[in-house]
Amino acid sequence: MNIAEKILARASGREEVKPGEIVQPKVDMAMVNEITGPLAIQAFKKIGVPKVWDNSRIVLIQDHQVPADTVKSAELHRIMRQFAEEQEIKFLYDVGLGGVCHQIMVEKGHALPGDLIVGADSHTCTYGALGAFATGIGSTEMAAVFATGEIWLRVPSTIRINATGSFKKHVTPKDLILYVIGKIGAAGATYKAVEFMGSTLSQISISGRMTLCNMTVEMGAKTGLINPDEETFNYVKSRARRPFRALKSDPDAKYEKTLEVDVDRLEPQIACPHSVDNVKPVKSVEGTEINQAFLGSCTNGRLEDLKAAAEILKGKKISRGVRMIVTPASQEVYLQALKNGFLEIFVKAGALVTNPTCGACFGGHMGLLAPGEVCVSSSNRNFVGRMGSPEAEIYLASPVTVAASALAGKIVDPVAYLEE
Amino acid sequence: MKISGKAVIFGDDVNTDVIIPSKYLTSLDPEELAKHAMEGIDPNFAEKAKGGIILVAGKNFGCGSSREQAPIALKYAGVKCVLADFFARIFYRNAINIGLPVLESPGVSKEVDEGDMLTVDLEEGKIVNATKNKVIDALRLPDFILEILKDEGLINHLKKKIGGKRS
Ligand code: SF4
Repeated sequence: MNIAEKILARASGREEVKPGEIVQPKVDMAMVNEITGPLAIQAFKKIGVPKVWDNSRIVLIQDHQVPADTVKSAELHRIMRQFAEEQEIKFLYDVGLGGVCHQIMVEKGHALPGDLIVGADSHTCTYGALGAFATGIGSTEMAAVFATGEIWLRVPSTIRINATGSFKKHVTPKDLILYVIGKIGAAGATYKAVEFMGSTLSQISISGRMTLCNMTVEMGAKTGLINPDEETFNYVKSRARRPFRALKSDPDAKYEKTLEVDVDRLEPQIACPHSVDNVKPVKSVEGTEINQAFLGSCTNGRLEDLKAAAEILKGKKISRGVRMIVTPASQEVYLQALKNGFLEIFVKAGALVTNPTCGACFGGHMGLLAPGEVCVSSSNRNFVGRMGSPEAEIYLASPVTVAASALAGKIVDPVAYLEE
Repeated sequence: MKISGKAVIFGDDVNTDVIIPSKYLTSLDPEELAKHAMEGIDPNFAEKAKGGIILVAGKNFGCGSSREQAPIALKYAGVKCVLADFFARIFYRNAINIGLPVLESPGVSKEVDEGDMLTVDLEEGKIVNATKNKVIDALRLPDFILEILKDEGLINHLKKKIGGKRS
C-alpha cells in the first residue's frame, strides 16, 4: 500500500484498503476557522448531542478576518469563543495568539505523521508535508465529526510526482508545484491523492513541503502527501502534542500514474489569470505591470519565504506605484522575522507589514484590488474576484518572483533580474 | 426521489468564489446567501432560479474553497438538483450533507440546453430530457448517500440515527 492507503487502513481499523472502497475512519484531529466554524457549531447544536466526541482533538482558529473588521466578523469570532468555553476546548487560537490555520496546525504540533485529519478549509491538505492524510470538508460534515469523531471517505487512487535533481538558484518548491498543476490541470487529480517523491524531496524543508502539499487541492486532489523522513522527525520532535505512528509507502505500492519532473531544468513558473492551471514560465509574461505584490498566505507566508524576499529587498526600494503587502503566516513567524531583521528590511523597502491573517489572500477584509489592477501574489488562487474586484488580475508565483517583481514594478523572471 | 424542473446551464470549472463571493461569507442566513448565488458569473441568477430549477454544468463544478455557503446559496435560491459531468469533491460532499441532490453524468452538459424540461430519478440514476425526448444515464448514488438526501441532509440523518441516544 502507499502512504494514503496505509493511513486510511490504520484509521479504519483495517489490514488493507483499496482505491474506490468507502471506509469510515476515525479522525485524529479536526480543525475549523471562523468562516467555517460557526456554521459547523450551528449544525452541531441541531444534532442533539450535548458534548463533542473528544474536546482534545478539536482545534478552533480565528484567522480569516482578524482583527475583526465588521460587527459581523466580531460575532463569528465570539461564536467560536463561546463554543470553546462550552465544550472546554483547549485549542482555541484567538486573535493575536495564532495565525493562518494551516500554519498553526503544523507549527503547533497538532498535525503529525500518520494522522488522519479533517479541516473545514480546502487547504487542509497542507499537513501532508508531515506525512499525514489531511483533507478539507464542509461545515455540516464537520458537525457530524464533532458529534461522532468519524467520517466516510472513498479511498483515493494516487498520482505520483517523481521529482529529481536540484533547484537552480532563485527557483523554489512553489515553482515546482505550479509546474505540476500546469501539467495535471485544475481538475486532473479530482478525488485522488497526490504523493511527492524522488531525490529532490530530501532537499526540501518542511516549509517547502507544505507549499507543495498546500496546492494539491488546486488540481482537485483530496490530499497531498510526502513520506516522513529525518527532516520530518526533527521538525515534529519538539512540537508533537501526542504520540503518533508514522507510516510510509511500501516499495511496491501502486499508483494510478506517475509524472516525472526534472527539477534541474525547472525555470520560475507563474499561474496567469484566471485559473491556477494557466501556468507559464515567468519569462513569457515578463514586463506585465503590477499594482500590488502580496507575500503571505498558508502557501508562502513562512520564515523561509520571508527570508528569501528580505534578501532580495535588503537596502532597496519597492518600485513607485507598487504597494507590497507582507503578511507573516503566524505569530511565531512574525516574531522570528522580527528578530532576524526581515520586518525592518520590508518596512525600509516601503512594504506594508500586516498581522498574521488570511487577509489579502482571499479578498477578505484588507488588501483588495480595484478594477483593472494587477497583483502578483505568493498565495494559491487567482480566480476571478478572489482578491477584490472581478476585473482585477492575479498572477501566482514564488516569494522570490513576488519580491523581484515588486522591485522592478513589473513581473520579472528573478533568475535573470537578480543576476544581472 | 424524482425531481423535475427547467434546466439552467453553466460551463466548466465553475468555482465556489463565483457561486458565492467571499464578501458575503460572514452571513449565516441562507436567504441572504441565496440572493447572491452565482453573482460572480450571472447577476440575474437569483431571479432565474426562483420557483425551482435544475442546474446543469460541465466539468469540475464547485471547485475551489470548502465554503458550504456555496451549495446553501444554490439550494435556497431555488436549485432543486445539480447535474454535472463531474464535481469538485468538497462541493459534492457539502451538497449532499446539506441535502442538495447532486448527480454526476459524464456528458450531460452536451445533452441539455437552457430551458429544457428535465426529470431526474435519483434512485435509478437517470435523467429524462422531456424537451428533447431523451434519457441520459447518470452515476447512481450509493444507498447511504440516498439515505442522507432522503433525510434532507446529514444533520437530520444523524439526528434520527444518534440524536438523543447519547447523553
Ligand atoms: S491563507 Fe488564503 S488559502 Fe490559506 S487558509 Fe487563509 S484564505 Fe485560505
